[in-house]
Formats: sequence, structure tokens, C-alpha cells
Amino acid sequence: MSAIQIIPINWYLLLSTVLFTIGVLGVLFRRNAIIIFMSIELMLNAINLLLVAFSSYLSDSKGQVFVFFIMAVAAAEVAVGLAILMMVYRNTKSTDINILNKLKW
Amino acid sequence: MINLVWLVPLLPLIGFVIIGLFGKQLSKGLVGIIGSGSVFGAFAIALGIFFELTGKVEKSFTIDLFNWISAGKLSIPFSFLIDPLSSLFLLIVTGIGFLIHVYSVGYMSHDEGFARFFAYLNLFIFFMLLLVLGSNYLIMFVGWEGVGLCSYLLIGFWFKNTAYNNAAKKAFIMNRIGDLGFLLGIILIFVTFGSIGYHDVFMQAKNLASGNPTLTAITLLLFVGAIGKSAQIPLFTWLPDAMAGPTPVSALIHAATMVTAGIYMIARSNILFTLSPFTMEVVAIIGVCTALFAATIGLAQNDIKKVLAYSTVSQLGFMFLALGVGAYTGAVFHVMTHAFFKALLFLGAGSVIHAMSGEQDIRRMGGLKKHIPVTHATFLIGTLAIAGCFPFSGFFSKDEILAGAFEHNKLFYALGILAALMTTFYMFRLYFLTFRKSFRGTHEQEHHLHESPKSMTIPLIILAALSIVGGFVGIPAALGGTHFLEEFLSPVFEDSSFRIVHHLSHNTEYALMIAATIVMIIGIYIAYNMYIVKETLPAEESEELQPLHNMIYKKYWVDELYENLITKPLNFISDALHKVVDNQLVDGIVNGVGSLVNRTSSVIRLAQTGNIGLYIFVMVISIVLILLTRIM
Amino acid sequence: MITLLLIFFPLIAALLLLSVKGEQVKNIALGAAIVEFVISIFALTQFQHNAEVQFEAIFPWINSLGISFHVGIDGISMLMVLLTTFLVPIIILTSFKTEYKNPAIFYSLILAMQMALIGVFVSLDGFLFYVFWELALIPIYFICLLWGGENRAKITFKFFVYTLAGSLVMLGGLIYLYQHTEGLHSFNIAALYKAGQALDATHQGYVFIAMFMAFAIKMPIFPFHTWQPDTYTVAPAQGTMMLSGIMLKMGTYGLIRWLLPLAPLGVGEWGHVAIILSSIGIVYASIIAITQKDFKRLIAYSSIAHVGLISAGILAMNIQGLQGGMVQMLSHGVNVVGLFFIADLIQKRTGTREIAALGGIRNVNPQFAVLFLFVLLGSVALPLTNGFVGEFLLLNGVYQYNVWIAAFAGLSVILGAVYMLRSYQSIMLGETNSITSTFAPLAGSEKAVLIILCTAIIAFGVYPKPLLDISGPAIEKLLSSIAH
Repeated sequence: MSAIQIIPINWYLLLSTVLFTIGVLGVLFRRNAIIIFMSIELMLNAINLLLVAFSSYLSDSKGQVFVFFIMAVAAAEVAVGLAILMMVYRNTKSTDINILNKLKW
Repeated sequence: MINLVWLVPLLPLIGFVIIGLFGKQLSKGLVGIIGSGSVFGAFAIALGIFFELTGKVEKSFTIDLFNWISAGKLSIPFSFLIDPLSSLFLLIVTGIGFLIHVYSVGYMSHDEGFARFFAYLNLFIFFMLLLVLGSNYLIMFVGWEGVGLCSYLLIGFWFKNTAYNNAAKKAFIMNRIGDLGFLLGIILIFVTFGSIGYHDVFMQAKNLASGNPTLTAITLLLFVGAIGKSAQIPLFTWLPDAMAGPTPVSALIHAATMVTAGIYMIARSNILFTLSPFTMEVVAIIGVCTALFAATIGLAQNDIKKVLAYSTVSQLGFMFLALGVGAYTGAVFHVMTHAFFKALLFLGAGSVIHAMSGEQDIRRMGGLKKHIPVTHATFLIGTLAIAGCFPFSGFFSKDEILAGAFEHNKLFYALGILAALMTTFYMFRLYFLTFRKSFRGTHEQEHHLHESPKSMTIPLIILAALSIVGGFVGIPAALGGTHFLEEFLSPVFEDSSFRIVHHLSHNTEYALMIAATIVMIIGIYIAYNMYIVKETLPAEESEELQPLHNMIYKKYWVDELYENLITKPLNFISDALHKVVDNQLVDGIVNGVGSLVNRTSSVIRLAQTGNIGLYIFVMVISIVLILLTRIM
Repeated sequence: MITLLLIFFPLIAALLLLSVKGEQVKNIALGAAIVEFVISIFALTQFQHNAEVQFEAIFPWINSLGISFHVGIDGISMLMVLLTTFLVPIIILTSFKTEYKNPAIFYSLILAMQMALIGVFVSLDGFLFYVFWELALIPIYFICLLWGGENRAKITFKFFVYTLAGSLVMLGGLIYLYQHTEGLHSFNIAALYKAGQALDATHQGYVFIAMFMAFAIKMPIFPFHTWQPDTYTVAPAQGTMMLSGIMLKMGTYGLIRWLLPLAPLGVGEWGHVAIILSSIGIVYASIIAITQKDFKRLIAYSSIAHVGLISAGILAMNIQGLQGGMVQMLSHGVNVVGLFFIADLIQKRTGTREIAALGGIRNVNPQFAVLFLFVLLGSVALPLTNGFVGEFLLLNGVYQYNVWIAAFAGLSVILGAVYMLRSYQSIMLGETNSITSTFAPLAGSEKAVLIILCTAIIAFGVYPKPLLDISGPAIEKLLSSIAH
């Protein structure tokens, strides 16, 4: 019985849900792009946590492999996303996403 | 000789090709020789065929050339049929064609389109020969449309003149109306009999009962074709307009040959018509009406060629009357004699016009007798022949037609003889006004008056001779003759002739002949009284005419009627269909579909606010909803 | 092998042409087209006059979906291939006196289109047919868009979208049939035929509608024709000739190859509607043509009338109608190319196509007048010209289907003469005016085109048998296969 399994699965689920919800709400209600970014990372990590927990409980390593994938993707995404944000900031002197409403009809 | 029949149409075709391709480089003399020579060659062969045929017991020969169109069981060979009827028409077409070619050498000598004219004439002869030689209906149709084309080209020969072009176009289109009927008739023949060869069709048709509805439909459709080509009511108005062409054309195409194609067609299909009494009645009625109607118009015309044109329409009506009452031989007989005297009259008129430096109005003529004696003498012979004076050719053929009409229906006879009376009157009116009394044209024209050259007078003399003796091939038994023509043509009409028995007694025939002669004398007398004794002159354009007189002078306003009833509405419909139906309705629907897409998209795109927060919110809501539906 | 050569030679030539610069482009394009014509003539000499598919070539393409690159030539295809290879060099020759911008691209588009057209005519696989069908649209779209006349963008766009929409419906029909093929699904033509004929009448009716939509738009048949007059008018002369001379035959060919055998019962269900629409189109377009002011537009409408008769004859499903349709496709191709070329000649020389503004050209250039007259006679179907053979057979076919429709469709015999003679008179006859008095004589290439076309008009009017013999056995086989 590994360290992870000491804590019952429900707690993981609860924590993960809380983290995810915080992430979603952050994305929905904050206007600062950097914070939105962090919220997205938060959501990803909530999923990661869940994946690791289940992987351990089910003794299936595939879940942990997935976590690495997600981390890699998240890193790539941050690199691109922050680059875009840099450009946005340079052009608008702001990181408020509501300024970015030019992509409409 | 009969095996050489393919040469008959080929020679004029070669003439056409040579003149058509190299006409510009050749001298006029050479063009004339090639043009006339090719037709003369055809005539010589036709003559040989004719004599060979009279000597043979077997009277029908089919010469296959090649397989033209075949699709499934429809197989149409390009082949020729030689029998008495076609050999007779061969002689008429090539013989008169040759004379008119010779005449044209003189008549057209100053025209810059000399070579073109001969090319067209040769092409016409080619198609006319196809028409009479074909051994099935489609070959006849080829010639039929081909002569229509040549007619179009020759009427519009002087193509700078818009009125002439309009006349040409009118002729072609009116012919095409008939042609559609003919074409549908041919198709119906194929559908009914599984073949369109004369031989197969007539063999099968013989066994059908009289009054068979399919046969009636076929014959009516064929007759529509004949109406168009032979200028019968209601499609006759193109023929008078067709006088816009050079006069030799009027003589050859619009009097002697092409316009009789309808008679040839019905005579050729005689068995089909004999078995369709209803159609026969229609043919006779249309024929007699046209004969009368055109004759009345002829009474008041002042253009020398227009008078002859209406007279042609009227005479064609006589021929259809003959066909309608079953006097096939009479009709063919009249085709022949009419070809002689009407060609003569037209060529004579051409000679007059030539002498008058292009003037065609008989009000400006008069007293030409002493200036152009040869033309005068031959024209008088032609006039007597068309009036049916004994023993000129017209007497015999017209007598045969009227006898047939008398036998069939007394009313037809009465109307026919009335038309004959008018014919005599207007022809003598024409003759008196043109040749007798004193000259009424300008001084300059009088100074210019001269007899035509030999190349024009010799054909006139030959045709005059034919107009006199032409009738002797058909002297009826009542006058002690044997009626060579009837005997010669009997194989063609044998299936019909035993169904239509002729039983006039000799005494009746004598009475009819005397009646016709009296009518003719009355006609001449009225004309003489009016134009020689009283010296009446036709009214000038500016003068008011009596209503009745005005009506026939204006040709019953038939042209105006067609203009308002067909041409204008057609243009209007065309315009309306284009602007309203096509551009607005049909295209409107198509464009409507396009703009509907556009409009829908312009509504839907409003959802695209550009607010990222909103997008994400909608996304989250949607995901939640999807998850909820999965759970529930 | 020869079929592959026929398809891919123009494509290779088109690609090579792109690298050519300068004056030689036209000559090389013409040379390539003539080589292609020679290849097709060689194919004709090797062709056995029977009903079988010859020069067959089959390569697996997308095995998992039962799609193969399957081509071959039977009598029907042979005639269409000959039409294409005969007309393309002539169409290229018509442009010799015209200077287009970027000629290399222009001519390679024409050759590319030829490749697609031949592909359409030899495909024996439903999917392949569809691919070629759509492929043919791309070059002509660019030809019209880049070299067209006034307002071309909008008109070309409409043409493109309209025909594309029709094709999509056809694709739907093909996929539907594909779903009904036996065993492992296949787009093979024989499998599709079998699947189609196994359906009941109602479902064949659906297939009929789906396929007919595409063909009707392509030909075009009333009321799907409204893209056509605009497109024909606005396209450059060569584009119009490609469209009317060859491309619309994709539709009529499609009727024979892909409609009748796929849904013979469907023809029974919906054929009368299609035939009535076709005949309405004949008279409707003829009447509209009468008052057209633009000569090119007039020819465009006359083309609708002619194609309507072809369509009606084919759908009548008898030997005369189908054979007439085959002959008339060739005749119409020759005649309409001639007419559009004449319109182009007149426009190049006088700067206008307006019929009323012209007149008296005959006085200045009698030679042109004669050649025009020949083409006109072919177009009004005078006997001994090519137009008559087809028209007679077609009317015959329609007559056997229904007397009244034939009589109604026959009105085009009269109306055709009306609008053609009217425009001829107005353009060529009468007195010369200031526009026409300087009408330049025909150049060598122009004369050559017209003389070749006139020769074809007369030759196939007098002796159409060789053409009828090529397609005859295949048509009979096709009819007997759908007879029951």
C-alpha cells in the first residue's frame, strides 16, 4: 500500500473538483489574461492529480504516462500563450481580455 | 441509262461546286456554259431514262447509292426511284431548268453576282432532283428543305435590300412551318409502317381500310408540308413576296418547279390520300379556296410579277383541287402544262422588265407590242394557254381538273370555273395593259425599249411552242385522243385509280368543255371592254379605292393580320419570357437561394460577439449540459 | 494503355507548357492537342466495332472503400473522346489571333480541362467519374475568372456554386447506390448498375432525381439554366467553346452512361417530368433567343434549345433517340463552336456583338458570309448538314415516346430558323455601316477553323454512318440491359 492509498479516493476527488471549479471560475470571471492562464493550469493540474490518484488505486501506470503528456502539452501551451500575451501587452499595454473583441462579425 | 440516274443530280452539283468555288476567277461566258451545260447534261440523261422507261414493261427501278442513316430498325438508304412519275418530273425540272439557265445568261449578264446566281441555280436543280428522285420520304425531305434553302438564297439574291431579305426570310420560315408537319408525317409513317421507303409503305398501306385514322393523320401532316411549299391557304403569303428575286428565279422556282413539289408529294403518296377521304376533302377545299382567293387578289394587282405570282398561287390551288377530287393525272398534267406556260409568262415578264429598264408597274407600260414583238407573241400564247383556250395546253389540263371536280362535287366545280373566269380576266387585263394601246412610261424608258437578246428570246419561243403542243400528251378520249399521259402514269396511280372510278359520259365532257370556253370568252370580253374599249387604267396609289376594290388590292390584309397575330405577339412573348420569367422568376429563385444563405448568415454571425469571456462561458455551460445529459 | 495515354498526355503537356515562355506557347499547345487527336485516331483504328469496353485499364486506388482507377472505352465513350480531341485543337486554333495575358497558364488550363473531360468520358468507376467531373470545373472556373469579360467574378462564382451544388446531389446518389452494392461495397460501374437496378421503382426514382439534378444543371435543362447565358456571354471565347462544345456533353453523356442504366425504373417514375422540362426548355429558349440583342447570348439560348432536344431524346429510351442523341452531341459541339467563333470574330473586328448595330458584312467579306451560312445551316438542321441527322433521329425517338411532346419540341425547327435567319440578316446582309465597313479579311488560322468545321458539318450530314456505327452496338447493348 503506497503513500497515496493511505488517503481515501474520495478526498482526491473532492480536492480535484474544488481545484477544477476554482480554475473554471477563474477563467470565467477574471479579466486579467495572466490569471486566466493560471486558472487553466490549475484545471490541468486538477486533472493530473486525479489521474495520478486513479493510476495508483488501479495499479495501472497508463494514467501517470498521461500526466506526463499533459505536463508537456501544458508547458508548450504556456510557451505559446505567454508569447501571445507578451505581444498583446506590447500592443495594448494591458492584459485585459475584454479589449480583445476584434474577432467578431 | 437508268443506272446512270445518279449522274442526273450529280451534274448540277458539280456545276454548283465548280462555280461556287471558282466563280470569281471564271469568265461569265464559262460560268454560263458550265451552269447551263450541267443542267443540259442532266436533261439529256433524263430524256434517255424517259425513253428507256416507256419501252420497258417493268416501270419501277430503285437504284441504291449508300446507306445514309441507320439506327435500330430505322434504316434509310440514299437511293433513287425511277418510275413514270419521277421521270416525268425529271424532264420538267431539267428541261425547264435548262431553258431558264440559258435565259439567265442573257438576263443576268450585267449583274455582278452572275456566278453566284448560277451557283445557286445549279444547287437548286440538284435539290429539286433529289426531291423527285428519292426513293423514300426522307430523301424527298432533303430535297424539300434544300430547295427551300435555294429559294431563300435566290429571293434574297440582291442582299443589300432589306425588303428582299425580309421576303427571303419569310419564305424560308413559312416553308419551315410546313416542313415541320412533313417531318412529323414522315416520323409517323416510320412509326406506323416501320419503314419510310415508298415501296414498303405503299405495299402495307394498300391493305388498310379506307378512313383509317392513322392514315388520315399521316396524310394531314404531309399536306401541311405541301401547304407550306406550294403556297396554299394559310401559308401562301410568302410566294408573292418571293417575287423579290430575279425573274428567272420566279419562273423556275416560284412557278414551274419548287412550288409544285407539294403536288408531287401528294401524287407520289396517292394511295395514302386515296384511303383518307377526309384528307382528300380537306385538300380539295383548301385547293379550291386558294384558287379563288388568290385569283381575286390577282384582279387588282399592278405589279406585273405580283399578278403572275397570285396567278401561280391560284393555279396551284387548281392542282390541289385536282388532287383532292382524286384526279391525280389531271394534277400532274396541270403541273406540266403550268410549268410551260407559267415559266413562259414569267420569262416574258422578265423580258418586259428588261426592256422597261427595271420597271414592273403595268400602269407605266402599254403599247409594247410593236417594240418587243417576240416577247409579245410568246406572252400572248402563254396568256391564252393559262386562260385555257383550245387547243393550247392549259385547255386540256384545266378541263381535266374541272371535269374531276364536276364529278366529285358540283360546288367545287362552280367555284373552280369562277376562279377560271377571274384567271382569264386578270391575265388579259395584264396583257392588254402591258402590250396594247399606247406607251405610258417616261420618255427615257420609251427611248430605251428594245427586244431582248437571243439567249432570252429563244427560250421564250421554245416554251411558247411547248405551251401550244404540251397539252397533246393528254387529249381525252372524248376528243378522240388516247391520253398518253394517263397511260404512262397509270402504274403510279394504279392502286388509287380502281378506288376512284371516273364515269363521265362523253356528252357531259363536251358540255364542260364548251362551258369552260364560254367562260373564257366572257373573261376576255370583260377585259377587252374595260381596257381596250373604255381604256380604263388602274388607280394610282394616291387615289381612293372602293372598299371592295381596296380590300383585294390590299390582299385582304393577310400580311398585316399575320404580323399582328403572330409576329408581334411572338416578339412580345419572347421579350416577356426573357425579362420577366427568365431573369426575374427562374433566375430570381436561383439568386433567391443564394441571398437566403447570405441573409441567414448575416443573422447568425451576430452571435459572434468577439467577447472571449462569453465564448468560454458558453463553452462551459455547454459542457456542463452535455455532462448532465450523460448522467441522466 | 492507350486510355491512360489519352487521359494523362494533356496533363503532362499542360504541366510542361507552364515552363514555356514567349511566342511558342500557342504553337506548342496546338501541337500537344493535335498529338492528342492523333492518339485518339489511333485508338479509333484499333477500336473494334462491337459493344464491348476496350482499352480497359484498372488499378487499385482506395481498396478499403472499393474505389479503383478503372477506365475503358466503348462506342459511346469513343465518340465523346473523339469529339473532345477534335474540338480542343480547333478551340486552341481559334485563339491564334487573340493575345491573352499569361498565355502559358491559359493554354495549360485548357489542356488540363481536356484531361478532366476525357477522364469523365472514360471512367468506369463511380468515384473516379465524380473526381473527374469536379476536376473539369476547376480549369474552366479560372479561365472564366481570369480572362472573362465584364462582371465576371459574380457570374463565374454563380456558375461554380450552381454546378457544384448539382454535383453534390449526384455524389449523394452515387454513395447511396454504393451502400447498396453487394458484399464488400464497390464503386465499380457494373456493381453500381446492379445495385441500382435491384432497387424498387420508388428508390430508383430518388436516384434518378439525384443524378438528373447534376446533369440537368450541367447541360443545362430548363429551369436550371440561368447560369448559362451569363456565363457563356462573359467567358472568353475559348472558354465558351469549351463549356458549350464539350463540357455540356458531360451532362448528356452522364444521362446515357450514369443515369439510364443506374435507374431504369426511375426513368419510368420521373422520366416524363424530365422530358417535359426538356421540351419546355426547347421552346422556351428558342422563343427567348428571338429577341436577344447580343449575338453571343442568342447562341447561348439556342444551345439550351438544342440540348433540351438531346436530353428529351435520350430519356425517351429508344434506339433512335439515343443514337440521335449521340450524333447530335457531336453535331452540336461542332456547330456551337463554329457559332461562338463567328461571334468572337465579329466582336474582335467590330468591337460589338450587338446584332442591331451590325449589318452588311457580306458586302465586305463574302467568304466569311458563306462560311457563316454553312454553320448556320448546320445549326438550323438543314438536311445534308450534320444537325439534321441528329434532329431527325431525336424527334423520331421523342415521337415514339409521346406524339404531342414531339410536335411541341418540333417547334424548334421553325423557331430556330426564325432567330438564326433574323440575326444572320441583321448582321451580314443589308447595307454596310460605319462599324462593319472596315471588316478585315479572315486570317489563315481563322479561315482554317471555319473550313474544317464546315467540312465536318457537310461530311457528317451526308455520311453519318461511320459515327452511328461506332456507338450503335454499345447503345443497343445498353438498351437491352435495361429493357426488362
